[in-house]
Formats: sequence, structure tokens, C-alpha cells
Amino acid sequence: MDFLTLMDYLIRGLSLGSIYAIIALGYTMVYGIAKMLNFAHGDVIMVGAYACFFTMSGMSPMFEAGSVSAMVVPALAGVVLSMVVCTVLGVVIEGLAYKPLRQAPSLAVLITAIGVSYFLQNAALLLWSSSPKYFTPIVGSGQLRVGPLSISYVTLVAIVACVIIMVCLTMFTGKTKMGKAMRAVSEDKGAAQLMGINVNRTISMTFAIGSALAAIAGVLLCSAYPTLTPTTGSMPGIKAFTAAVFGGIGSIPGALLGGLLLGIIEIFASAYISTQLSTAVVFGVLIVVLLVKPAGLLGKTVREKV
Amino acid sequence: MIRLANMNKTTRSSLFTYALVIVAFVIIQLLRTFKDGGVGSVLEGQLIPICAYITMALALNLVVGVSGELSLGHAGFMSIGAFLGCSAAGALVHVIPSAPLRLAVAMVVGAILAGFFGFLIGIPVLRLNGDYLAIVTLAFGEIIKSLLTNVYLGVDESGFHFSFLTDKTNLGTGGIQLIKGPMGVMNTLRISSFIAGFILVMIALIVIFNLVNSRTGRAIMATRDNRIAAESIGISVTKYKMIAFVTSAALAGAAGTLYGCSQVTFTATKFDFNTSILILVFVVLGGLGNMWGSVIAAAALTILPEALRQFADYRMLVYAIVLILVMLATNNPTIQGFFARLRTSAEEKKGGAQ
Repeated sequence: MDFLTLMDYLIRGLSLGSIYAIIALGYTMVYGIAKMLNFAHGDVIMVGAYACFFTMSGMSPMFEAGSVSAMVVPALAGVVLSMVVCTVLGVVIEGLAYKPLRQAPSLAVLITAIGVSYFLQNAALLLWSSSPKYFTPIVGSGQLRVGPLSISYVTLVAIVACVIIMVCLTMFTGKTKMGKAMRAVSEDKGAAQLMGINVNRTISMTFAIGSALAAIAGVLLCSAYPTLTPTTGSMPGIKAFTAAVFGGIGSIPGALLGGLLLGIIEIFASAYISTQLSTAVVFGVLIVVLLVKPAGLLGKTVREKV
Repeated sequence: MIRLANMNKTTRSSLFTYALVIVAFVIIQLLRTFKDGGVGSVLEGQLIPICAYITMALALNLVVGVSGELSLGHAGFMSIGAFLGCSAAGALVHVIPSAPLRLAVAMVVGAILAGFFGFLIGIPVLRLNGDYLAIVTLAFGEIIKSLLTNVYLGVDESGFHFSFLTDKTNLGTGGIQLIKGPMGVMNTLRISSFIAGFILVMIALIVIFNLVNSRTGRAIMATRDNRIAAESIGISVTKYKMIAFVTSAALAGAAGTLYGCSQVTFTATKFDFNTSILILVFVVLGGLGNMWGSVIAAAALTILPEALRQFADYRMLVYAIVLILVMLATNNPTIQGFFARLRTSAEEKKGGAQ
């Protein structure tokens, strides 16, 4: 086990972890504010990836092959369009399926979310068929050389995107009025409403942000693992959900930490233990962490009062 | 009739459930015996899975409805039952020639082993609560799935051969390969029958009703309703939650054996997260803690995708829409108010007649 391979695995782990972290942010924000597990989140990722795929394959013939604009414009348009599609999708899902259940028991909302997830998967299956699409990465397949290390652009973009998103989100929840409203709603819905905060609009906004992040995650995920099928989103969705719980669900830094750790553990487990057992190792670590810290790494332990 | 009306509400509900299952069984058996074509080839193939899923739904309802803990990994117990139970059936092929007896032994083996794993998993899991418990059960379900995908097990004259990750079983002549890693379980000989399924459902009902309507069951429900209050009157929360969890795991294991032995071959991916969710859907749609609701929901939702075959490609889409609409409708305040009014007016009528 020499140092170079170790660094290589670490960077790959960080890249995968960044993608998990971006997905986990969507889970954790929705959970923190609406107190629901949005199981359809993984499928929003898939829709985002398809939106980007079709935009890019539709636009790339318009540009001269090999030119700078051919490399930049379709990719940029794909990312923006897929964010728009996912934002609209997230808000529509929230309005149609989750809003009527605001007062319903949490299990009813969970089952509805599962229904939405099935719906998205099967709609995608009908629209785009089950045969996999080969996603063109949004950045070139080149590599950046840092001394003896070579880092692919996709890896780099994923890490950078994750850092930018984290900084923006922290600023947003900390400094803006909407961010304050979000924190207030997650603390106490009733009290927030009494203070004149529009709770429904805040929840819709959370879904919009979460879904836009899902679009970015979808594009990054498919740039790193280019096979795109209607079920592409489900396993990363489950793992990102695990990451959110790992870091302490409801906490934004927790989602980042959980996602990064999960990605690194997964890459190391498949490198040093066994590829087939990497998922088992990831979940095993999760269980151990939850036993030691039952509210996740950065989660707040809420004392029960009698 | 008067005696029925004066009966305890729980007794009436359990009698109704028993009657429901027995009547359904008798009708289906009569149809299969006397009518040409039986119950139709589609339903015929689904009979054993329906029984397995009903048992799974009952088992999960014990955990989610009665004990109040959300489990997202129950398919894991089903797969332990399916893999180990069906392996036991395969290994005993020469020892017990009678298929029904072998199936019974296999189901007992599957139930005991799944119950044992339920106990092992329950020790850490039941210390947590709420969504954290749910995610850990999900994690265990996934771990069981990826471990079972890499197990190779065979049997020959010199005993069992076991290996992990790579096939090193090296069976002697006449040996039987029981579990073949990612290829799953083979040689089940399809010994499951509808009658065995019916008996399993009845056993599950008897076990669950006797547990729920006992001192133990009331203690379990007390820990669900208020953990702290239950602890304060001397109920050991972990112990009673464990009783519910292990019972449920054992029933799920037996259901898994029944299901597994009805298939020619099956893999561990059959019992993934989606299967756990599917069973949870049965439980929630049937009503938490409501056993006959689980029976009906499991049967109806297993048949629904088959019945929707005429929609061909659209059937899973229709299934998803039905699921969402049912959840929206059952939680709609207007509809709930309507049913509440209906119920009160019916009760008033009954009160007037006496």
C-alpha cells in the first residue's frame, strides 16, 4: 500500500463522497423542515440526468466539433435546464402529493413518497425505455497532473461543485430572510406561522432547492458513472440518505461530513476488502456509528421530557 | 348473534379475520377442484406468493403497528428464511422423502434461523428509536442481501461445504449445490403448496392474536404508546420490543421459506429494499395494527399488478398512481369526516334498536 495509490483512492472517495453529499443535502433539508423522508429524491436525480442528457445530445450537433463552444455551451445548457426541470418537478410533486398530507401521520407521507418514486421510475421507463443511455461527461475526459498524481476533471468538478454548494447554502440559511424562515420552520412550525412566516411557501422553497441540488448531483453522478437507466437514482439515493443519517439528519454540515465519509469508506472498502462487499461495509460502519452516537455524527440529541 | 354483538371487540376482530382467511381458502380450493381452469392461470401462479406476502405483512404489522417501530429491512429476514430454509429442504431430500413434511421442517428451520438473526440484529437496533431505527433496519437488510449474494453452500456424503466470495465447495459425487452465490438458490424442487401457505397464514394469525391479546401484547403496546410511562411502571421496553421483533422475524423467515420453495430458483436481489417497502405498503394501506386489513391489502396488491396486465407497460405506472391516490384519499379530512359521520349514525341506530 504505497502513498500514491492511497492518495488516488482518497481523491476518488472524496469525489464520490461529494456527489453523495450533494444528494444528502436535499434529503436533510427536506427532513429538517418538512419532517418527512422524501424517498422520491433519488428519482429526481435520475430525471435531472435524463434532462441533461437530452439537452446535451440535442445541442451538440449545432456546434462545430472540437471547438470551445461545442465543449462548453451544451454542457452548461444541460446543467441549467436540468436544474430548471428538477426544480419545477420538485415543487409540483410537493404541491400535488405532499401538501395535502401535511397533517397526516408520517407513515402515510412516507408511503406517498414511495408511490411518487415508483411513478417517476415507471414514467421514465415508458418515456425513455429501460435500455441504458451513455452519458457524455459534462467536462472533458482529460486529467489534471499534480506532481505524480493525476486527477480526472470529473472528479475535480464534483469536489469543487460540492464546496461551492456548501458555501452558498450556509450563506443562504445563515444570512437571507428565506434562510432564517427555513430555520424557524424547522425549529417549530406553529411558532413560525405565528411570527408571520408562510410555512407552505417555505416548504415549497426547500423542495425547490433540494431538487435543484438533485439535478446537479444527477449530472455529476452520470458524468462519473456514465450508464443512465430509469433506476440510476435509487441506490445512490439510499446511500445518500444513509449519509444524511450518518452525519445527523437535519444538519447541513452533517450531510457534507456524512457524504464525504461514506464515499471514502465505499471506495476504500471496494479497494481493500472486496468490491462485492463494499455496500455491506458502508452499512456496517453506519450501524456502528449510530450505536455510539445515536443521533449521527453532528446531530443534536434531543432530550425527552416527561 | 347476540353473543357476537356482546363479544369483546378484539375477539370479534380476530374471529372475523380467521373467518375471512378460512372462507377465502375454501372458496379458492373449491374453485380449483371443481371448476374447469380453476381460478385462472394468473391467480393460480400467485397463490403461494400471496400467502407468503400475507404472512410477511402480518409479521411486519406486529413490528410497525403493534410495537410501533418502523422496520425497512424485513425482506432481509425473508431472505434468510428463503435461503437457509430452502437449503435445509435441499439437504434433507434423501432423509425425509415426504415433500410436505420436508417443507414443514424447512419452514421451522427458516423461522428459527430468521428469529435468531432477528435477536442478534435486535440487540443493537432496539436501542435506537424513530427514523434512526428505520435506517439501521434498512442497513441490515442491505447487509444481509450482499452477504447472501456471496455465499456458496453445498452438501455431499462428507457433510456441508461452505465458502464465501468464491466457489470453493468442491462437492463429491452425488453432492448437491444448495446456494450458488450470485446465482442464488437452486434445487428447491418447488415443494411449496397452497395448503401449506394457508396453514402458515393461520399459524401467523394464531401467534399474533394470542400475543397481542395477552399481558405481553398489552405491555408491547404500552411501550409503543408511551415509552417513558411504560418504563416507569416497570415494563422492560427492550425486552418487550425484542419479543415482538423476534416473533416477527421468525414469521418472516417461515414466509421466506414458503416463497423460496415455490420458485425454481431465486437470488438474494429478489429480497431487496423494494420488497421491504412493498410489504410496508401492505401494512400501511391495510391499517397499522389491523390484521385483517393487512391480509386484504397484501392479497389485493399482489393481484393488482397481475390484474393490470391489460394495461401492459402502463401497469406499474397505474399501480403507483393508485397508491398515491389511495393515500391521499384515506388521509383527506373531508372523506375521513364522512366516514366518521357514517359510523356515528350507525352506532346511534344500533343504540336505538336495543
